[in-house]
Amino acid sequence: LIFLLSEAMASDVHKKIKAAFKAFDYEANNTVDVREIGTIVFSLGCFPSQADLHDFIAQVEEDHTGFIHLEKFLPVMTNVLLEKRFPPIPEDKLLQAFEVLDKEKKGYLEQEELTKYMMQEGEVFTQEEMDEMLTALTDQKDNVIYYKDVIDELIIDNDI
Amino acid sequence: MLHSEFSRIPDHSSDTVALVQSLLDQVQSRLPCGSQHTIKAAVLIQRWYRQYVARTEMRRRCTWHIFQSIEYSGEQAQIKLYNFLGYLMDNFTPSSNERKLISHIFRENDVCRDAEWERYFCYKNIEVPEIYSGPHLTFPLTVEQAMGLVEAFRNKKQLHSRYILQLLLETWKLLRKLPNINRISTCQSKEITICGDLHGQLEDLLLIFYKNGMPSLEKPYVFNGDFVDRGHDSIEILIILFAFLLLYPSNVYLNRGNHEDHIVNLRYGFTKEVLTKYKMHGKRILKLLQKIFSWLPLATVIDQRVLVIHGGISDSTDLGIIARVDRHKVSRTWSDEEWSNSKFLQRRASMTYPKPFGTRSNFQNRSLQDFSDRIREKVEDEVELCRRRTLHLEEQNQNDENEQCVSIQSVNSDNAKEEWKQILDLLWSDPMVQDGCIPNEVRGGGCYWGPDVTEYFLNRHNLQLLIRSHECKQEGYEFCHNRKVLTLFSASNYYDVGSNRGAYVKLGPDLVPYMVQYQATSMTRELTVRQRFRSALKVLREQLFAHKSDLLSTFRVYDTENTGLINLSDWAEAVESVMHLGLPWRMLRSQLVTCKSSEGMISYYEWFNELTIKKPQTDHIDEGLIETLYRHRSTIETIFRIVDTDNSGFITIEDFRQTWKLLSIYLKMEITDEAISDLAVTIDSNNDGCIDIDEFMEAFRLTDKKSRLERGRSMFMGTATDLTKLEGDPNI
Repeated sequence: LIFLLSEAMASDVHKKIKAAFKAFDYEANNTVDVREIGTIVFSLGCFPSQADLHDFIAQVEEDHTGFIHLEKFLPVMTNVLLEKRFPPIPEDKLLQAFEVLDKEKKGYLEQEELTKYMMQEGEVFTQEEMDEMLTALTDQKDNVIYYKDVIDELIIDNDI
Repeated sequence: MLHSEFSRIPDHSSDTVALVQSLLDQVQSRLPCGSQHTIKAAVLIQRWYRQYVARTEMRRRCTWHIFQSIEYSGEQAQIKLYNFLGYLMDNFTPSSNERKLISHIFRENDVCRDAEWERYFCYKNIEVPEIYSGPHLTFPLTVEQAMGLVEAFRNKKQLHSRYILQLLLETWKLLRKLPNINRISTCQSKEITICGDLHGQLEDLLLIFYKNGMPSLEKPYVFNGDFVDRGHDSIEILIILFAFLLLYPSNVYLNRGNHEDHIVNLRYGFTKEVLTKYKMHGKRILKLLQKIFSWLPLATVIDQRVLVIHGGISDSTDLGIIARVDRHKVSRTWSDEEWSNSKFLQRRASMTYPKPFGTRSNFQNRSLQDFSDRIREKVEDEVELCRRRTLHLEEQNQNDENEQCVSIQSVNSDNAKEEWKQILDLLWSDPMVQDGCIPNEVRGGGCYWGPDVTEYFLNRHNLQLLIRSHECKQEGYEFCHNRKVLTLFSASNYYDVGSNRGAYVKLGPDLVPYMVQYQATSMTRELTVRQRFRSALKVLREQLFAHKSDLLSTFRVYDTENTGLINLSDWAEAVESVMHLGLPWRMLRSQLVTCKSSEGMISYYEWFNELTIKKPQTDHIDEGLIETLYRHRSTIETIFRIVDTDNSGFITIEDFRQTWKLLSIYLKMEITDEAISDLAVTIDSNNDGCIDIDEFMEAFRLTDKKSRLERGRSMFMGTATDLTKLEGDPNI
């Protein structure tokens, strides 16, 4: 694939990637722990699947040291951003998704319902992820998940 | 039935996982369509949620980064101020007004006998009224009383000033007998517990005692400095620590931290806390604490193998020197005694100095760059004057006695420099990843030291581990330098709710550190990451506003055609070059710049309008001056409080003027007499010739009273929060 880029555009993308990378570069030596890669890729506005992430990591990893170097990360991530390889999920699609799960059309989901779907279907959650999600999304009073409200409150736009 | 399906498996899937996945797909496609939708829906939600979590994590990191860099730059400002004042002391002749104004802050060793001090601190005629419901103390203290104190503070009671003074006097007596370096051993079965920074967070100390038990003969403790400042209950923490120290002097050890320093306390809230909680006797309590702090030991060694110090080391740290210094005398500049001697001897016309008023080395040189040409000129004049004067004197008198004085004085002054540096390094240094040792420019004191320095130091002193504190760590602790250095931080939720855990360390005879983490959760408001992030951003916006002029001129450099627009890249570069906070500006841009920008360009004039902090009653004051006030508000308040020698909260108009003259040099700003009058008039509304410091700060929106009370911790004023609840009690 050939891209026609102005120099400025490429440099801009590079700077954005470096900024995100550096946020996790605790020792200031241009490396991050491989376990943070998902966070970095997501925070750059991408929505990769778990398989996508695995592939990505395989491309940038350095002999199973557990660390990723900026040198390798930068070009791969640049392409990802320029190709818009992992595009975001539009808000309305998200709402539809919740409505699909809400079979009885109640307007909310029970904790057990959501748990069942998240931990048994699709790219399943770990127990930790599930606990976290329930804590974050459950309405304190009624103990259910009002998904419409949740979407409104938790949609994060722009950089971070 | 599945057999026949195998032939349909795609050829290029050699990977087992892909194979299985493909199989599953085939199976699932046999199920009713609803399930496919369900799976797709689930995937969408999972992916969206994971993205949300990642972004939250990124925000959390940025919030941390913001608070930490602002904290360190505050410390840097503190040391700069300290250096500046010291520099003035060193270089102005005795006749200068400025000297008079600041000389008393360096009165570390007042020329006073102990007996006189005992009288000044006497608590005996302080009566405890019947209505007082707090704990009563009798000496010598008993275990029950110490427990009683802990319980009382847990129930938000306050200890009466009579008992505090008594307790502090006993503590002072004890500390004077202790060596600079505590030496302890684990013996057969004893485990030693070590705690890091507490910063006035009583909840954390109570949590540690709850989890680990209180100090006792079986349970020795080391507390590694920074007991005070920032949190609400610094004085309560000190009382508890001192009480246990008195009870178990062979089982409780305290190391001095960089915040056990009365000048630092002026800026970071401890002074204010004491004066607010103890309106009548606060000044005396603070004075006594000043002495106690100077008498705190500097280090603790466990089993001759593990060194515990608050900050760290440098490539010149020498435990031999540390052990020998007169720790309560080592200070930033000469004592009053030495001052009066020098003045006296000069007048006698028989004194010579190698250098007039010996300028300090090293870290002061850096601060010299900050000063205006005006002061440099003035100083050179003064120095020249002194040089001529002393040469003249030299010619006049060649006394043996004088020569002796000279050599002692010059040796003393060199020693003093060395000792000061040794202690500064011990209390202010931070470890770094790279080898070597460089000055700690971020904090403004001590060094950054590398793994090679650790290696050398440990070998030289026959040690195996260095335990230090001083830096907040997310998990409460962190190893570095091949696990030879352990950073330990015991104030959880330090930057704000949920920011970090606290930790303490247990060390048995095997000297293998065992960490225990915790997090205090009794905060009444649970802040989400988003709220914390917003709070950090607010603080950041204020900082940006405070640097408006510099930012504007920097933007104009990039905007050569004067369009009023700047692109994102340049914006980020420009902002960092002015602010020096090392923050990810590009990532924060969308949160800091909300005005619409066309095609990636930012309209910076519009942006400044956005940032402007409204100031109703100060319209007649020059905007440039307002901006300067805002930027340096912490320093300004600190200086006011220094000038307020009797700690009354008021300073006279005359002192106010003198202070501004001083500040105009420090801030490199021409502040006319007229401008100063304008400032004074705005505040001294009742015309009684006195200015209320708090009111001044608030009038110029230099503090936002509401948010100061609301927020758990003020990054700039370093004050305790809900002071209103304490205002009322007259009995204390």
